[in-house]
Amino acid sequence: MRSDLELVAKLIQPEARVLDLGCGEGDLLDNLQQEKSVIGYGLDKDAENIRTCLSRGVNVIEQDLDQGLSNFNDDAFDMVIMTETIQSVREPERLLKEMLRVGRECVVTFPNFGHWRCRMQLAAKGKMPVSSHLPHRWFDTPNIHLCTFSDFESLCADLRMHIIQRRVVNQQHEERSVINLAPNLFGSYGFYHLGRPL
Amino acid sequence: MTTQEQHSVGLVSPRLFSYEQPFALQNGDVLPGFNLMYETYGELSERGDNAVLICHALSGHHHAAGYYEGDQKPGWWDHCIGPGKAMDTNKLFIVSLNNLGGCHGSTGPEANNPETGQAYGPDFPQVVVKDWVASQALLADHLNIDCFLAVVGGSLGGMQALQWSIDFPHRLKNAVLIATAAKLTAQNIAFNEIARQAITSDPEYRSGHYRTKDTNPDHGLMLARMIGHVTYLSDDGMANRFGRELKSGDIDKVLDVEFQVESYLHHQGRSFTQRFDANTYLLMTRALDYFDPARETGGELVTALERTQARFLIMSFTTDWRFSPERSKEIVDALIAAGKDVASTVIESEHGHDSFLLPIERYTDALRAYLDRAYATSAQQQSH
Repeated sequence: MRSDLELVAKLIQPEARVLDLGCGEGDLLDNLQQEKSVIGYGLDKDAENIRTCLSRGVNVIEQDLDQGLSNFNDDAFDMVIMTETIQSVREPERLLKEMLRVGRECVVTFPNFGHWRCRMQLAAKGKMPVSSHLPHRWFDTPNIHLCTFSDFESLCADLRMHIIQRRVVNQQHEERSVINLAPNLFGSYGFYHLGRPL
Repeated sequence: MTTQEQHSVGLVSPRLFSYEQPFALQNGDVLPGFNLMYETYGELSERGDNAVLICHALSGHHHAAGYYEGDQKPGWWDHCIGPGKAMDTNKLFIVSLNNLGGCHGSTGPEANNPETGQAYGPDFPQVVVKDWVASQALLADHLNIDCFLAVVGGSLGGMQALQWSIDFPHRLKNAVLIATAAKLTAQNIAFNEIARQAITSDPEYRSGHYRTKDTNPDHGLMLARMIGHVTYLSDDGMANRFGRELKSGDIDKVLDVEFQVESYLHHQGRSFTQRFDANTYLLMTRALDYFDPARETGGELVTALERTQARFLIMSFTTDWRFSPERSKEIVDALIAAGKDVASTVIESEHGHDSFLLPIERYTDALRAYLDRAYATSAQQQSH
């Protein structure tokens, strides 16, 4: 399992009710079902991902995140997870609010557009950044809402969301003390554990 | 051996299950007993843990796979059932029956009423989905199946699979609901009523006693099927298949014009009158209309589903407007709210409601992936 997913898994209580937005091939839910006996559901819209989830016994629901989460009740989940997906949804703000409506807490991870490599490419070459953590070119990228850690935290403040924990990792999804000297410059991926306003 | 033969269950023959005790129906009537015509494909494992029940739709029957001696056409779900197919008879033991009230050998309007010595005709009691499920459970007893690995059905068949999960929560591990709904909408009931009116207003219907009068409401039944058939297709699907092509005549000369789509519907309607009983059609459409398991729980589907134990797979098709993806989504959302295991997928298809009977790759792949996993999990649980 990807190491950022391992970080997520650590936050989940046994038998919790979990919703995974953009669950892909169901790695996280498969792990959580086996290790923590969670009641988990994953939303995805890719046919091949869905088939893989079915073959693993993951509760995958074909649903487009851009349609929102209005079909889920308030407080339906203990934890709502969205890993490396927020940058490709149409209305990140609305979705974030929805996540903390249907879930008590949520985890959001995303690539940092403020990473120094991105800044360098834009500043020095005058070109949209392409790197291993953001491999797409501007015209073929699914990422329509890229942001920096600083941007994301501003939005959380606007929405009065409580940042329970923030962790920052490099491209290998490892935590390094040097990153924390200037996370918005050195961090490749951000991992935010959010709760409702205190 | 051709590939087709390798993947076919081959020659099959139906069998009859006779239940010879009184059988109480939901409407209060009691049948003195009943017969169910059924077929099986594959072998029941020693542990009896590989059985799959197929529930048929409105005009379906027990002959789901394989060939009858001398027949060119296989059973109605042959592309899904057979060695190596989505419902793999190398692993699974598949049971397919003709429902009570049917007209393909099971006890129904065409059977003799022991009280009168004549065919029941319109006096055959109105059975409902719950009655079917109860009778199917008796067939399962007869076949020594305590718990189905899966109960699978499309459309009206999906309703039976849903009812199974509620009525016998411990007798199925998985419920596969395809192109179905937890209850019909007003529009859907309306189409059924038009079909029923077409039949009952045919002078040859004779208040349902057409058999004893040696006639048949062919015209009404044909109309009913034509109406139904249009609702099973989609606008785009029909446009692509028929367009405005003419079968015969000349529009410019306004002479004997028959569009391809007209000819097709006439043929579908006519051939239906050869193989289907009008009273059964009335009964089956009413069973569709009356189905609403949430009625027992004050209209709350979530509450009705709380007692279920099965895992669910719910599938629907993008252009199906008779049993639209929204209806499937209602079931999915209710299952999630009830905290049940459910997976769902919406298959791209231009073939409307009929899609569930067609060999659409993504659909059969999903079914295969799900059932393979169910089979493997069940085998694993047994070995522990």
